[in-house]
Amino acid sequence: MPGPDVDASIRGARRDGIAVGLATAAYGISFGALSVASGLDVWQTCFLSLVMFTGGSQFALVGVIGAGGAAAGGSAIAAAALLGVRNVVYGMRMRPVVSEHGLAHRVAAAWLTIDESTAVALAQDDERAARVGFWVTGLAIFVGWNLTTLLGALIGDALGDTRAYGLDAAAAAAFLGLLWPRLKRVQAGATAVLAAVVATVATPVLAPGLPVLVAAVVAVVVGWFDLFRRREAAG
Amino acid sequence: MTVWHVILIATAATLALKLAGHLVPASFLERERPARIADLLTVALLAALIAVQTLAVGQGLVIDARVPALVVAAALYAVRTPFIVVVAVAAAVAAGIRFFA
Repeated sequence: MPGPDVDASIRGARRDGIAVGLATAAYGISFGALSVASGLDVWQTCFLSLVMFTGGSQFALVGVIGAGGAAAGGSAIAAAALLGVRNVVYGMRMRPVVSEHGLAHRVAAAWLTIDESTAVALAQDDERAARVGFWVTGLAIFVGWNLTTLLGALIGDALGDTRAYGLDAAAAAAFLGLLWPRLKRVQAGATAVLAAVVATVATPVLAPGLPVLVAAVVAVVVGWFDLFRRREAAG
Repeated sequence: MTVWHVILIATAATLALKLAGHLVPASFLERERPARIADLLTVALLAALIAVQTLAVGQGLVIDARVPALVVAAALYAVRTPFIVVVAVAAAVAAGIRFFA
């Protein structure tokens, strides 16, 4: 039964969504600039933000293409897809949250299923606030992310020699920003360190793009055997 | 394979994954082990991308201006600096070192 508490929580969810949307939109500038620096044109960059619309996979795709060009295409596709696997889990959690109104509605919900929309929805206390939080966050980020991607791509295009502006270092810093909130647990930290070592060691012996995929094996091994758990309980 | 092919195939794959969560009956990934692997996969790929982006030049390994830039970025994230500020500062550190070196 809707009462003043429910209205307040819906207003809160809407406010959360818009705040997260504005903060996330700012990343779009760095994605746009890095994408152009990696050799994509403005159209290709904007297509990724419009249709792929999942930041981690987008950054991964342009990162691998930046390192290996179109020849590393297979690795770029695999890296983007593997980073998109978490959206399957988010989708299953969001399915009961977004109400069922037919196929188009479901496709739209799937499209907007990303880290932030899922996080805001899960942070709400009641069902209606969760639904509002999901849609407001997803739509706010969609609009903001695409506008700032275009802006970043145009800036990147105008810069020319992007190494001189440190955009290669900015890409590493952007990946670190996506990783940072996931490092709260010892298991995740150990996986990150091992994956970084494996990718580094593999770089001189494998074609560009492949070291990143080989490092994914670390996640499978650590996750399968549930390694690095005991120390977590002790700490 | 052109860059457009790569973009179209990768986009189709990521969209299919998003749809799978909403359309396919939940079961497999709700089990503990697949969910944990899916979670750690994100961590491993991002960490590997950081390593390659910071140290690789083609197939060679080089320590250059990117390393101090990443160290500065880590320090700023540790004190909860907003993403966009950290990315801009990291770029400025690398650009500054290259300009003066």
